[in-house]
Amino acid sequence: MSSSLDTSASASAAQLDPARIAAAKKGSWRPLPLISSRKLRWGLNLAALTYIVLVYYSVDINWARVAQGFDRGLNFVGSFFTPDFVTRGGEIAVGLRESLTMTFVATVIGIALAIPVGLGAARNIAPRPVYFFCRTLIALSRTFQEIIIAILFVAMFGFGPLAGVFTLAFATIGFMAKLLAEDIEDAQNEPMEAIRATGASWLQWINYAVQPQVMPRLIGLSLYRLDINFRESAVIGIVGAGGIGATLNTSINRYDYDTSAAVLLIIIAIVLMSEYLSGYVRKWTA
Amino acid sequence: MPVKYTDNQPIWMQRTPRQQYAIWLGWFLGVMLFLLCFKVISDNTIWEFLTDAHVQAASLIGRMVPPDWSITGSLMLPLWDTINIATVGTILGTIIAFPLAFLAARNTTPHPALRAFALGVIVSSRSINALIWAILLVTMIGPGLLAGMIAIALRSIGFVGKLLYEAIEEIQPTPVEAITSTGAGNMQVLAWSVLPQIMPAFAGITVYRWDINIRESTTLGLVGAGGIGLQMNAAINNLAWGQVATVFVLIFSTVIVSEWVSAKVRHAVI
Amino acid sequence: MLALKGLTKRYATGDLALDSVDLVVPAGQVLALIGPSGAGKSTLIRCVNRLVEPTSGSIHLDGEDITRVRGNRLRHARRQIGMIFQNYALVERLSVMENVLSGRLAYVGFWRSFFRKFPQSDVQQAFKILERVGLETMIDKRGDALSGGQKQRVGIARALMQNPKLLLVDEPTASLDPKTSRQIMRLICELCAEQNLATVINIHDVALAQQFVHRVVGLRAGVVVYDGPPTGLTPEILTTIYGEEDWTAVQKEDEHAATDARKDVEAALLGGHP
Repeated sequence: MSSSLDTSASASAAQLDPARIAAAKKGSWRPLPLISSRKLRWGLNLAALTYIVLVYYSVDINWARVAQGFDRGLNFVGSFFTPDFVTRGGEIAVGLRESLTMTFVATVIGIALAIPVGLGAARNIAPRPVYFFCRTLIALSRTFQEIIIAILFVAMFGFGPLAGVFTLAFATIGFMAKLLAEDIEDAQNEPMEAIRATGASWLQWINYAVQPQVMPRLIGLSLYRLDINFRESAVIGIVGAGGIGATLNTSINRYDYDTSAAVLLIIIAIVLMSEYLSGYVRKWTA
Repeated sequence: MPVKYTDNQPIWMQRTPRQQYAIWLGWFLGVMLFLLCFKVISDNTIWEFLTDAHVQAASLIGRMVPPDWSITGSLMLPLWDTINIATVGTILGTIIAFPLAFLAARNTTPHPALRAFALGVIVSSRSINALIWAILLVTMIGPGLLAGMIAIALRSIGFVGKLLYEAIEEIQPTPVEAITSTGAGNMQVLAWSVLPQIMPAFAGITVYRWDINIRESTTLGLVGAGGIGLQMNAAINNLAWGQVATVFVLIFSTVIVSEWVSAKVRHAVI
Repeated sequence: MLALKGLTKRYATGDLALDSVDLVVPAGQVLALIGPSGAGKSTLIRCVNRLVEPTSGSIHLDGEDITRVRGNRLRHARRQIGMIFQNYALVERLSVMENVLSGRLAYVGFWRSFFRKFPQSDVQQAFKILERVGLETMIDKRGDALSGGQKQRVGIARALMQNPKLLLVDEPTASLDPKTSRQIMRLICELCAEQNLATVINIHDVALAQQFVHRVVGLRAGVVVYDGPPTGLTPEILTTIYGEEDWTAVQKEDEHAATDARKDVEAALLGGHP
């Protein structure tokens, strides 16, 4: 048998396997294994086993510390039933306002910049050099977590929400541009040729042939990204890029779990709300 | 298509006047909101810092290039740890997410109350970044790989759970009906008609999440939850930007490889 | 074998799908249920194996009242009732053998079925039935790799694996070309005769039904409006069942369908999917 992962090929090979048919006639039948080659199958099993052993020995767990942490964990879970919105209410309000404004501004800027980058990264409409430049930009933006970018931007622009805005906008470019470019690449070619054939200018062509095909998804993705940016804004505050993350981080480090729980509950509530809203908006625009 | 008549001449318009006003109003409000938000940010920003931002950026890049390759060898073990955090975290998260998805899917949930509970767990897990879970866990069980793995697992539950329950809700109902009509028990109906239908989606979702988790686990070290982020944090604190650059290059190549693996596997199963 | 008494189904939307249906089907009889779309044919057979819960009335299978049974007794009742579906309802990612063996699920425990450890006799029976429907060389093919006619044969094999007393057949030929439709109908009727099964077939195609069944029941708006031999279906009676139409045209439509089927075959030969 071939060492192929392709199940359809192995099935058609086995379909003519007289031994299996004869066995089934006598009443003994086992389903075909997912991987037809015995060597590959055992090789993979062995590799998985080795990996488990290796991981087991490379994770050094301090069980005494874990047991101790268990109580704290229960405390933390308990805090969700007694969240404290009041004691640090001022800090929470300031952090939240900063997070929300950062999120909105960064999403708008990020999408505005992602559109040209996305157009440039679509193989079917961009010239080669532009394509490679945009794809590199996207890869860079997508590889590095927001927090890493935030560290760099804080080093450049100083502490505060502006670094946060730049961080989230940069991350938005990578996310939106990639999906936009894929959408454009998947768009139907006939309308594009038809509009080009009318003698339309490049911008008219984009407006009439490309935009109508990608717009509904673009709106949906924008809302989704708004949601993601809000969640990320809770993180980048840890390294000084503004937002509710700083409040959260301080409360956790003080073991003030009641306040942490309050902040987390607010985040969850806002994410939930935005999901409901985006469901409605998607219905309108679909 | 709205058409207006002026002196019996039909004039084609894209929208009715009412729609047109609504759209203008929408844009107006949106722009106002943007300006308002920008003002809040601007008030909290020390713009003087920005005047030398280009100098800062240039010096930062200057110190990062060329990367300090001498530390590459010592980064291999943390990189291995990072991959383990992502892999074990994904496995743990998936194990929990799998039954949760069946509780959360409208067509397989045993009880509406259980469905609400499962959906609550999923949205909580999704709303909170792995890094926040990591901070919490480090304060609870101490720094190390375990905190990182659990943080990744907790974040993965929501992601895998949500995509999987959506996949369950989208299965074809007729095979379920057929298996039910043979007199099979509830568990048999799940195992024989639902499970085969969602397996490709399940494999794809898991590998996709693993790919994302590789990225996320590169930063968990910043808060002490193990992996290559620890070295990055140390290098940043020492302002050793050449070393930071080396870490960046390693992260970049690891992520590219994991993305390639994930794409390959997803292609194979679907 | 099967006895329905005053069977009524009102959906939550308020639609009355079945209005006090009385019906007795003895063993060995093949009964065709005809009627326009929405007449309640599909609801009726789904009430019999309780995929749809009847609002009132009773269902007796072999003398046992199964109208309100639950849990194990419901599963036991269901396993005596084989069902064949319009869209085959195969689990497409499972192999032919697995699909056929799924008819035995109510006979084996969960873990046994989960690890595919079916008793030897079950596998032998599955193989015998697959030979009977002419698919014995395809045991390892996946459900989605089969043509429509082959899928329906697997569906039939699955139903027979239950060793049923009663066979419910929901539009078995609606997704098939005329030639395959006839083959499938013939196969179902032969199998019913061999195993002395009571059979209820929902069917749109009146001409096809007349050719194969012993008895026809016409349903209109949830009420039985005809119950008699297939030869008794005069144009007047068809009009009471379906409403006004030129019934001599039925034969012509059949010819059109045959032309379409020929086109399908040509398309398949040219490399399209069957």
